[in-house]
Amino acid sequence: MENKYWRSVDELQNGKPIDSELEEINHKEDVLHLSEKQINTPASRRDFLKFMGFSVTAASLAAACERPVTKAIPYLIKPEEIIPGKSSYYASTYMEGSDYCSILVKVRDGRPIKIEGNELSTFTKGGTSARVQASVLSLYDSARLQTPTHLGKQISWEQLDKEIIAKIQEIQTAGGATTLVTPTIYSPSTRAAIDALIKSFPSVKHIVYEPISISALVQANKQSFGISAIPDYRFQDADLIVGFNADFLGTWIAPINYATRYMDKRRLTEGQKTMSRHIQFETTMTITGSKADKRQPIRASDEKIILAALYGKLSEKLGKAISGVPESPVKIDFLAEELFAAQGKSLVLSGSNELECQILVNAINLLLGNIGETIDFAHSVNLKKNDDAEFAQLMEQLNSGKPQGVIIFHANPVYDSPVGAKFLESIQKAALTVGIYDRLNETSAALQYLCATNHYLESWNDAEPTTGLYSLAQPTIQPIFDTRHFQESLLRWAGNTQAYYDFIRATWLTKLYPKSDSEASFETFWNKALQDGVLEIAEKDELKFAYNPKIAEEVIPKIKAEKNDSLEIHFFESIAIGSGSQSNNPWLQELPDPISKMTWENYAAVSPKLAKEKGWQNGTVISINRKINVPVVIQPGQNYDSISVSYGYGHSNMGKVADGIGVNVFPLQSVDGTSVLNFVTITNYAPTGEVVKLAQTQEHNSMEGRPIARESSLEEYLKNPSSGNELHEEFEKKHLTLYDDPQFDGYQWGMSVDLNSCIGCGACIIGCQSENNIPVVGKKQVTNRRIMHWLRIDRYYSENPDNPKVFHQPVMCQHCSQAPCENVCPVSATNHSNEGLNQMAYNRCIGTKYCINNCPYKVRRFNWFRYVTNKAFSYNMNEDLGRMVLNPDVTVRERGVVEKCSFCVQRIQDKKLNAKLENRPLRDGELQTACMQACPTKAIRFGNLKDPKSEVSILKKDARNYHLLEDLHTLPSVGYLTIIRNDKEESKS
Amino acid sequence: MYKTEVRGALITGDKDFKQISTDIIQHMEGKPPLWWYIALGIALIAASVGMWAIFTTVAVGLGTWGVNNSVAWGWEIINFVWWIGIGHAGTAFSIFLLILRQKWRTSINRAAEAMTVFAVICAAIFPALHMGRVWLAFYIIPYPNTRGPLWVNFNSPLFWDFIAISSYLLISASFWYLGMLPDFATIRDRAKSKMKKAIYGLLAMGWDGSTKNWLRFESLAFVLGGIAAVLVVSVHSIVSTDFAVGVEPGWHATIFPPYFVVGAIFSGFAMVMTLMILIRKLYKLGDYVTDSHLTAIAKILTFISLIMGTAYLTEVFVAWYSGSPYEMHTFFKTRIFGPYAFEFWAMFICNAVIPQLFWFKKIRSKIWWMFVISLFINVGMWYERYNIVVTTLAQDFLPSNWTTYHPTSVEIGIYVGTLGIFSIGVLLFFRYVPMIAISEVKTVLRLGKKTKAH
Repeated sequence: MENKYWRSVDELQNGKPIDSELEEINHKEDVLHLSEKQINTPASRRDFLKFMGFSVTAASLAAACERPVTKAIPYLIKPEEIIPGKSSYYASTYMEGSDYCSILVKVRDGRPIKIEGNELSTFTKGGTSARVQASVLSLYDSARLQTPTHLGKQISWEQLDKEIIAKIQEIQTAGGATTLVTPTIYSPSTRAAIDALIKSFPSVKHIVYEPISISALVQANKQSFGISAIPDYRFQDADLIVGFNADFLGTWIAPINYATRYMDKRRLTEGQKTMSRHIQFETTMTITGSKADKRQPIRASDEKIILAALYGKLSEKLGKAISGVPESPVKIDFLAEELFAAQGKSLVLSGSNELECQILVNAINLLLGNIGETIDFAHSVNLKKNDDAEFAQLMEQLNSGKPQGVIIFHANPVYDSPVGAKFLESIQKAALTVGIYDRLNETSAALQYLCATNHYLESWNDAEPTTGLYSLAQPTIQPIFDTRHFQESLLRWAGNTQAYYDFIRATWLTKLYPKSDSEASFETFWNKALQDGVLEIAEKDELKFAYNPKIAEEVIPKIKAEKNDSLEIHFFESIAIGSGSQSNNPWLQELPDPISKMTWENYAAVSPKLAKEKGWQNGTVISINRKINVPVVIQPGQNYDSISVSYGYGHSNMGKVADGIGVNVFPLQSVDGTSVLNFVTITNYAPTGEVVKLAQTQEHNSMEGRPIARESSLEEYLKNPSSGNELHEEFEKKHLTLYDDPQFDGYQWGMSVDLNSCIGCGACIIGCQSENNIPVVGKKQVTNRRIMHWLRIDRYYSENPDNPKVFHQPVMCQHCSQAPCENVCPVSATNHSNEGLNQMAYNRCIGTKYCINNCPYKVRRFNWFRYVTNKAFSYNMNEDLGRMVLNPDVTVRERGVVEKCSFCVQRIQDKKLNAKLENRPLRDGELQTACMQACPTKAIRFGNLKDPKSEVSILKKDARNYHLLEDLHTLPSVGYLTIIRNDKEESKS
Repeated sequence: MYKTEVRGALITGDKDFKQISTDIIQHMEGKPPLWWYIALGIALIAASVGMWAIFTTVAVGLGTWGVNNSVAWGWEIINFVWWIGIGHAGTAFSIFLLILRQKWRTSINRAAEAMTVFAVICAAIFPALHMGRVWLAFYIIPYPNTRGPLWVNFNSPLFWDFIAISSYLLISASFWYLGMLPDFATIRDRAKSKMKKAIYGLLAMGWDGSTKNWLRFESLAFVLGGIAAVLVVSVHSIVSTDFAVGVEPGWHATIFPPYFVVGAIFSGFAMVMTLMILIRKLYKLGDYVTDSHLTAIAKILTFISLIMGTAYLTEVFVAWYSGSPYEMHTFFKTRIFGPYAFEFWAMFICNAVIPQLFWFKKIRSKIWWMFVISLFINVGMWYERYNIVVTTLAQDFLPSNWTTYHPTSVEIGIYVGTLGIFSIGVLLFFRYVPMIAISEVKTVLRLGKKTKAH
């Protein structure tokens, strides 16, 4: 009979109130309710009447089918910052392994519910990625570690610290070592905390482990230039970008940063008339390849041969011909010519983890004079600096017989190392194994101690992604569980009792404050940095180049252009899942791959030609090297003799979402010396006889000759800006109507999508999902084509299926001024606002689905099932914890109603109210929809079409602007800008 | 009395008035035959399957069906249109032939009207169930309400549909029931048990066979017939606007209203033929449902089949002539030569080609041929609706949305259920209502002239 009020999940589960004050409040309120004792006393006549009165009322209420009323309790003492119903934004930093993004966290009533890009950051420029957007859901994941444990049993932090310190000491005394395994640490304060631990225990060693390694890049830089660093790639200064299996727009090192700068050089709005040219050599089709002006499929193992040949050709052109250059398996004459013409203005990149490749790339860049021009070592990137040799050493060390301790933070080598199984065996021998994780994984299962660490949204932290650029992370919620900062654990073991917050402040006071030219007090300096989330200090790495110009000549003779006919399996990082550390996030699992449009599993990407030869079709399950069984996806643009499979699937101990879907390919990787290579020869393959249905969100890849995504070449565009878009004018002329033009009051909301800028990365999809409470439907319903995403990105191919042109086209509700959906709804549940919004009244909808059928864009979504509190859809919306991510401004839709993109009407309303309170019109650009906010390349713009000076109005008048299916005269409020490719006639093959 | 020279006798076997009453009513008086029980059992099982499917749909959601984000309508709309089409015949049959004073309708109209009522009831199940929130279906009724008041969207074809179907059901049920009054009185007068007398007495509404009764009966029949005649044309025209008002390729066509009305009459007449052949065989009513009746239906079917063929070809021609790439894709690349070629050709052959066999006298005078062809027509008409609903949605404007649709056991279950409900209705009709309009059939009896035994 006692009502239980709780303020945090922790309190609910452990039953202990947050503080005595609350207890007192609870107690006072309890008085208002009948206590156990009162009920058990014999009933008096008055009680009888009271109860009868209550029962009659209750029965009549129940009979009237009223839904239960849940009452919210107002604050007794209201915290100053929190206004119920108002969101606050806190600048913070997203750090997941080596993924970095400067962000704003939207906090509503004490809960972080949405991640936005931080526009003050010069590194990410307000851009985000799908993983960044989805990370807020991982905070509310019930699979997170909730307490520190020892051998699976809960243990107190004090006890844990005591035992671990004792063990480290013991190992040190016995002459052993304790190794701290972390992903790349680019947080100055974390580095300081690690140093503090090492200082206390000299036997502690720190190694960096990255599941998807680029250690060859750093090594090569050391060998070529004498600098072990990752330079800053200045995409904005390069006229010609040549990538070799480097998916720099999607997954490689700092994709958000690269995408923003890459697009700055290619965006044709605001009077810009030039574009960089991009040539991509890659094995499977990635979004980077899909945006390239020219793309060439290659075998991953041929990369070094091509690079050697290219180096040879370039040397020849520069009059320094060298001998012994192998013959390239693909045409590169045009490439040598173009690169030769763009000396000092080009950028050659390789994503390979083969030392030879990276050395050759360095040599080529050096030859072309790109070092210091487009490749800047003075501002090196700190995000992914590992050395594969370190981990190999750890393995040796563990098997050396000496007592060993291992402390692993975040890394999951049992799952994602090629020698994971061996590592699992070796680690059992260690005297001390500690995992510092925020969630369970395959490695954590084998460790003695688990220190539950905070989610990044509960943490203080700092970061230095690149030289001179610092950012701060601040907690936006009290730790939900009994967790502790990773750094605090290290500090405790080092005997430091400081809170990590104080430790960061101390680091900043001693290290950064003096470097900055800030004249304000430290407190002001700190507050400013905290508020902005970022701090820039004009510093440069000190460079001591030690060129080794002969190194390429040393490497080339080792490269043999052997004819190798066997198939090769190549592994790649997918946009959504990456290395798999966020695999238990259902938003990411359900994000369609930008290229294959696959969800919920990995697959074998096979070229159309190979599939035809082998008689495989989409969904044919094949076994590879007798180790994995994966379904085939026929992937246009895939290299003919390579099969590509993505990392990050096939988990066994990550949580109910991640476990058991797809296959883990990390153990299949080969190791060359110490370098982990992402390709290996296929020794055995065969179809298993099974054919499965794929959870693909798009099954048809051709535009069927329809003018859907329009394109032109730069050359044509410069001659005639509306080239490729001639139909627009023609259709505009033909528009005749009997009806009056639609009229709008004050605003007419409109959107512009620049298809040339869109890289298809899917950040907008997750941004929209997070903003609009879009449910996850699971693999089966995706297979049934019932995905709920309000915003989808259509992907089309054209021309040669072996190496097609690719089109990405985000499609959301077009908010047609003559909307076909509106007039067919029998109950007017969908109708038009006076500001041009096509709106849905969920309460009114009876679900005839006629609007879905009559929408030519098919952007409407139907709630086929109840997706909330339904065991059949056991994702975040089925748990109290998971539902905390829901946006209170957006209705959670019931079964049987239709929903769709609302142009984030809640944001429009919010900003309009703000403007009204301040008695001013809304400023252009003030209002951003979730998709627009998430976009790293500013492809989506939103605003008032009635204001002739607004960005969308200007874009609407652009010669590249057209509307989707404009011949239907639906008069959409969304405009698209044509794709312009920097084609060169001579290089067309 | 009425004579027909061209068509031959409409009642054979030397009947007198009493004999006619006895012939028809005897089936309601004795025990039903064994096959009736078996058929009823099967129908009940089918209806139960339907009930399970309906329960699942309402309890779990429309997700139990195979429809998806692109093809949001499937079997439920196909079957709705199909049943409505079948439900056309009865009224069309009675009314048009009544207005045209075609007396040969008398043996058939009662059963046809009964069929109409059951078919429309079956049809009405589908649009209700296909709503995501069927419990709020009343939102579609325009009445002053406490919700604003919120009015319906008078522009929406679905609203027109609701009005058209409910008025059609009302009028055809009234027409059918009121037409039965004299016969109910006959049964009442012949009834031996008190209970039966009371029930049929109530149903007969005090019919006493007076001239005044007959006079009013006749005028009511004409008034209702007049209203119903309009409805027959309007109801399927309006159903067609569910598609024709849409923008989708293959839907957005002005030919739809007449094409749908003719198609509906076509399927309805085919169903009448199926049913009359069954009645004739099962109840040995060959004297009333003669070869000449069936031949007359066959001739009408042949003619309508020509119209259907013309309509199909017109649609294809217009799709080509429009120059619209979407229309052309739907007709040529989706239907005629595309992934749905089987469904298209099944429709075309069943509806436009097979009925042409009736040109041969041998075929149109063989009952089993007629039976089989009438079934083919109904299958063909089902495929016509499949073509319209599914193939259009499966491949419409943006290829990224293209997908396929397959019904689930729940959708099939609902269809089986409606077949069961329809059969139950028909079986109960056989048993408790005179299946041939006794009073009307008597008007076509040639008294005093011997006809050759059939």
